[in-house]
Amino acid sequence: MADSWFQRIKEGITTSTREKKETPEGLWYKCPSCKKIIPSEEHVANAFVCPSCDYHERIGSIEYFYLLFDDNKFLELSTEIMPTDPLHFVDTKNYKERLKATQGSTGLNDAIRTAVGPMNGKGVVIACMDFKFIGGSMGSVVGEKIARAIDYCIENKLPFVLISKSGGARMMEAAFSLMQMAKTSAKLTLLADAKLPFISLLTDPTTGGVTASYAMLGDFNIAEPGALIGFAGPRVVKETIKKDLPKGFQTSEFLLEHGFLDAIVNRKEMKNKLSHLFSMLMQGKQEEVS
Amino acid sequence: MNFLDFEKPVQELLDQIEKVKQVGEKGKVDTTGTVKDLEDKIVETRKQIAGKLTPWQKVQLSRHPDRPYTLDYIEALTNGTFFELHGDRNVKDDKAMVGGLGKVGDQSVMFIGQQKGNTTKMRQYRNFGMPNPEGYRKALRLMKMAEKFNIPIVTLIDTPGAYPGLEGEERGQAEAIARNLFEMMRLKVPVICIIIGEGASGGALGIGIGDKVLMLENTWYSVISPESCSSILWRSWDFKEKAAEQLKLTPEDMLHNKLIDGIIKEPLGGAHVNPQEAFAFVKEELHKQLEKLLKNDPEKRIQKRIAKFCAMGAFEEKK
Repeated sequence: MADSWFQRIKEGITTSTREKKETPEGLWYKCPSCKKIIPSEEHVANAFVCPSCDYHERIGSIEYFYLLFDDNKFLELSTEIMPTDPLHFVDTKNYKERLKATQGSTGLNDAIRTAVGPMNGKGVVIACMDFKFIGGSMGSVVGEKIARAIDYCIENKLPFVLISKSGGARMMEAAFSLMQMAKTSAKLTLLADAKLPFISLLTDPTTGGVTASYAMLGDFNIAEPGALIGFAGPRVVKETIKKDLPKGFQTSEFLLEHGFLDAIVNRKEMKNKLSHLFSMLMQGKQEEVS
Repeated sequence: MNFLDFEKPVQELLDQIEKVKQVGEKGKVDTTGTVKDLEDKIVETRKQIAGKLTPWQKVQLSRHPDRPYTLDYIEALTNGTFFELHGDRNVKDDKAMVGGLGKVGDQSVMFIGQQKGNTTKMRQYRNFGMPNPEGYRKALRLMKMAEKFNIPIVTLIDTPGAYPGLEGEERGQAEAIARNLFEMMRLKVPVICIIIGEGASGGALGIGIGDKVLMLENTWYSVISPESCSSILWRSWDFKEKAAEQLKLTPEDMLHNKLIDGIIKEPLGGAHVNPQEAFAFVKEELHKQLEKLLKNDPEKRIQKRIAKFCAMGAFEEKK
């Protein structure tokens, strides 16, 4: 073994990007809102919410699954569905390359992940959008995965949570993207016919075609505090009315005040509040899982 | 009459005809032959233009200032029987969304559509065909009424988008559109949607869920206008022609991608050249589609409608 000193005995980094913890130990988190600095571990333990000002950090499907499923136990659904470039779309970059680059940098296939697992001991299907994948834009994969998650709910009589976090439609899929609004709404009529509850959880930000379809169609529309929620983006509205926007315009609180949300729930309480709602609706018909 | 850049050759020929006629009248010369030649040339020129329209030119035609709008179609199709109905019963009457009952032949039909204006004043009155939430809610109210009385629904789509204003946001523009998508999926009566001009994004789709979704020949339908797409993706307004190509927004592309069900032809040169002929083409298509759809069982019709929209999308399944 004379040459073993340069042979790699231990494998290198084996953690895939997907499993990589975004907040390794010993790091600090600086709240962008109140600028307070706290240990990252404390921030994670507090559901990625600032303990001093309640600022809800934008998080992705990895974190939401971790926060909502018991012991991070879940089975991811429809992992085989991958995006394509049906229109051969080229803007400043070609869409195919953009997809590849984003898949590489995020470790995600597309802007949504769907999974089934236990939430406080009861089975539930959760679909969660990832903003870091092309602004959480809704393309064909987002539509198809939501459609299949709803099918799964209907087949297995499970309630459905859909966590929206999106800038809206994915322009590079043009009308295909637009029709995902119709497709997901169509599937939601079937979920409604099956009398299975659907909670739409709106998080920062939820705008455009996502708001104008499934995000507003929950039996319960619930938002995290301080999220931007709207149809048109604030910049567009400002350009249209040629005036400054009122303070708090298009926030969760604004939407609650105008009657479009059932409740605003702090992320720290989200899991318990969601499972409480489901248990009241399903009245014991919810399947026990562990 | 207004002429677009690429219609200029036609304009020149029309001017020539005018001149020839004047000369003929003054000199008492028979110009019938020359006029006839020029008219033939116009047809030939129009054919040439129509044969090589770019996507951007189609977008321009869809917005042609002389193009007929929703109420023009409705009036022509219903032959004096149209009864306009107003209001969403909540907030107000949205002038950018019109609707009402009329007879197409012997069949009562509920018509709904975005309405643009012909003059500066009317354009403002109609808010440039950009509805607010109350417009979508008025549309839904009328659709529900049609369902109650078992009357088929025809929507005529022509909008640059739902209005992105402050009050629209306060009153839930997104919720209003989302609700319509959901409710239109399960309407028990036949629904036919026809894009007669611009089909811009959620504002169009908000009345665009139907058993048959059809596009007139010189219209566009996509997730965003070419101009806005250019400004977002290229950060400049100068790439609208390129954006129009990339978006695949023409009726042919939409049909090819299985996102619409058919194309209705327009008169040579576009609906504005001969509106009466355009109305006749739409009427013929409506009769045909209504006859077929009315024969189907409502439950089956709904299932088929849902299945159609559920099949839309392009993705790969990794092995």
